[in-house]
Amino acid sequence: MKQILLGNEAIAAGAHAAGVKVISSYPGTPSTEITEAASQYEQIACEWAPNEKVGLEVAVGASLAGARAMSCMKHVGLNVAADPLFTSSYTGVNGGLVVVVADDPGMHSSQNEQDSRHYARAAKLPMFEPADSQECQDMTRAAFELSEQFDTPVLVRLTTRIAHTRSPVELSAVEPQVVRPYAKNIEKHVMMPAMARKRHRLVEDRMSRLAETSESVGCHQIIHKSRSIGFVTSGVVSQYVREAFPDASVFKLGLVWPLPIDALQRFAADVDRLIIAEELDPVIETELKAAGIACEGKTLFTLCGEYSTALIRSGLETNKPTPPAFDAGQLTEAPARPPVLCAGCPHRGLFMALKRLKVIVTGDIGCYTLGALNPTYAMDTCVCMGASIGMAHGIAKATNGQLTGKTVAVIGDSTFLHSGMTGLLNSVYNQSDSTILILDNSITGMTGHQQNPSTGLNIRMQQAPSVDLEALCRVLGAASVRVVDPADSKASEKTIAEELKQKGVSVIIARRPCALIPQGKGTRDQLVYLDQPLCTRCGACIRLMCPALTAGPDGYPVIDPDTCNGCGLCIRTCRFQALKQGGGDCD
Amino acid sequence: MIKRFNLLLAGVGGQGTLVAGKLLSDVALQLGLDTRVSEVHGMAQRGGSVTTAVRIAPQVHSPVIEPGEADFILSFEELEALRWASHLKVGGVMIMNQNRVMPVTVSMGQAQYPEAVEQTLRQAELGSTRVFSIDATGLAQQAGSVKAVNVVMLGALSQLLDIPERVFLQAIEHVLPQKLHAINIQAFELGSGIMKATQTD
Repeated sequence: MKQILLGNEAIAAGAHAAGVKVISSYPGTPSTEITEAASQYEQIACEWAPNEKVGLEVAVGASLAGARAMSCMKHVGLNVAADPLFTSSYTGVNGGLVVVVADDPGMHSSQNEQDSRHYARAAKLPMFEPADSQECQDMTRAAFELSEQFDTPVLVRLTTRIAHTRSPVELSAVEPQVVRPYAKNIEKHVMMPAMARKRHRLVEDRMSRLAETSESVGCHQIIHKSRSIGFVTSGVVSQYVREAFPDASVFKLGLVWPLPIDALQRFAADVDRLIIAEELDPVIETELKAAGIACEGKTLFTLCGEYSTALIRSGLETNKPTPPAFDAGQLTEAPARPPVLCAGCPHRGLFMALKRLKVIVTGDIGCYTLGALNPTYAMDTCVCMGASIGMAHGIAKATNGQLTGKTVAVIGDSTFLHSGMTGLLNSVYNQSDSTILILDNSITGMTGHQQNPSTGLNIRMQQAPSVDLEALCRVLGAASVRVVDPADSKASEKTIAEELKQKGVSVIIARRPCALIPQGKGTRDQLVYLDQPLCTRCGACIRLMCPALTAGPDGYPVIDPDTCNGCGLCIRTCRFQALKQGGGDCD
Repeated sequence: MIKRFNLLLAGVGGQGTLVAGKLLSDVALQLGLDTRVSEVHGMAQRGGSVTTAVRIAPQVHSPVIEPGEADFILSFEELEALRWASHLKVGGVMIMNQNRVMPVTVSMGQAQYPEAVEQTLRQAELGSTRVFSIDATGLAQQAGSVKAVNVVMLGALSQLLDIPERVFLQAIEHVLPQKLHAINIQAFELGSGIMKATQTD
């Protein structure tokens, strides 16, 4: 009996079937559900690590100890984990080691569009790329086999459309967990120059053997049809190709690195025109051209964004769109619906405060990056996880301190623990007068509410030690650590203004749980209602851009009781006391 | 029985399109058909416009539904019906929930919420395209939870699909936790009932 699984769930099923023992990851869209799904299997030691580097190091340790191990992350997470990745390529494995990386072409929820296949090439590691959930399961199993067979970590690359698409999966039989014996071997496991030089030669030899055997171990599918056109492709793009050109010959790669050059050469010889269809960078195309195989790729298809069936078709011929159901000329344009902070989101009050303070805000990665947009526009930068703190310090150094009292770094609790702590340490050590705001909403929010070392729960929602953020910041050397309630925007503003004037590093923890988790939900008696005679229709509450508040046709605010979280920010914003708590008792 | 269709679920983050997609994938599985259900996660879910694409056929390749390729659109919100209308194929069917969720662009006064969306769509219909408009949110409340709006919409859809009702009811039992079965079966019946009545109007 088949099951319908999300690509990410199928990766977890494949790892489970392969007898994986340890999985350590940091959440990141579109990879998060892999580790969440794996945590449902009791026999897997599954955990959220504070960042991807730690996650991969845990998996490397587990592998060298003899167990099959895995670490999963989004594309930018692999940048963080790149250090252990490159050298684990030299140490090789004991138990199979698989690293899953989920790219996000089109940037549905990411800050860049990097192509992780470059990592396979750069770190000299084999990489699989599945094209549906069935292949997610099967290639993950194959990746563990290949890892042990060739003594190498193996990458599995996903893209958003594979990770977040459900499709049928025939579940494979489950192998028992096996822990191979551990043997001390400093020649293989201690990468200092004398050992690493020898290992490097073995790595090059391994890649040559992998390239030679790719045809038999690479899970490729070669479909010989029309001679006139042949595609080389992989992953979700292979699905677009098969739909756009059902009669074309297709070489669908399973193992996308290293490439089976000989087999591709033979395929090329069998077709009149060879087209490379790959999202993002011309990795296959460049390699084939270097091997002297004539082909076309990026002259037909873009380097940017997601592909589609229509895009593949229009690269080669005129795409004839299906006639639409409606006369577009008669349809009114739909106003945009951009993402916004949720009703009751604790970040809203804080960004209102930052807006009033007119400070430079170095931002970070999380829901709160929405603070850069309407209505507060209170964020100047967003680069990568943890960057806010180092950047605020850099701004101060660059301007000889002129902007010190005018710059605030804003970072979430999970992001701070991911890679903000070292930034704080640097600011202290190099004598900054930085002001750092930690938005502590007691959860890793944007990726869908994962636990982290400050929440007191682990991935299985069992009790776990929780780090004391105040004590942590003090011990790292912060001169001042204060806690505010971000729903009290005015008090938060006052505290931030005071700390901006202080010497030394100030940390302000804005603490209020995410409105979407149980401890952040308001009660019925906290719901807001309008005392209409007091309302002047000034619109200050509407400008908070809370989804629970809309301007009615007569200009009075309308509060949606199903959406209102009772955070009280609008009550504090109203100068006429027209908004009141207790809406739940009034209906 | 229908064996091949593309269906787009359009709504606002949090309206339950993901679960509706899951239910339909279970329907496909019961019928021995291939399926792809493509979801949107992450930042867009924060009150933004979201879609779930469901493709069902003996063999499906691409997980994406492109403009003019949807046989059905279930829109959980009126503005989203308008936004995604270009994805419907000529002769396709749109089922729209009579529900308005103001986007911030409207509540901030930067844009107008379009009046009479249903009428606008009806006037723009080409060929045998059909638009149905139902109060799915009201029916969900009647069934016991506003969250069952997705199953009301599926109930309405079931009247157009020629797939036995028991297949949908089994999907509800397979996919949803047991404590929600009664409410959702009721929601399904109300949706299918209103569509029967609407079609015979």
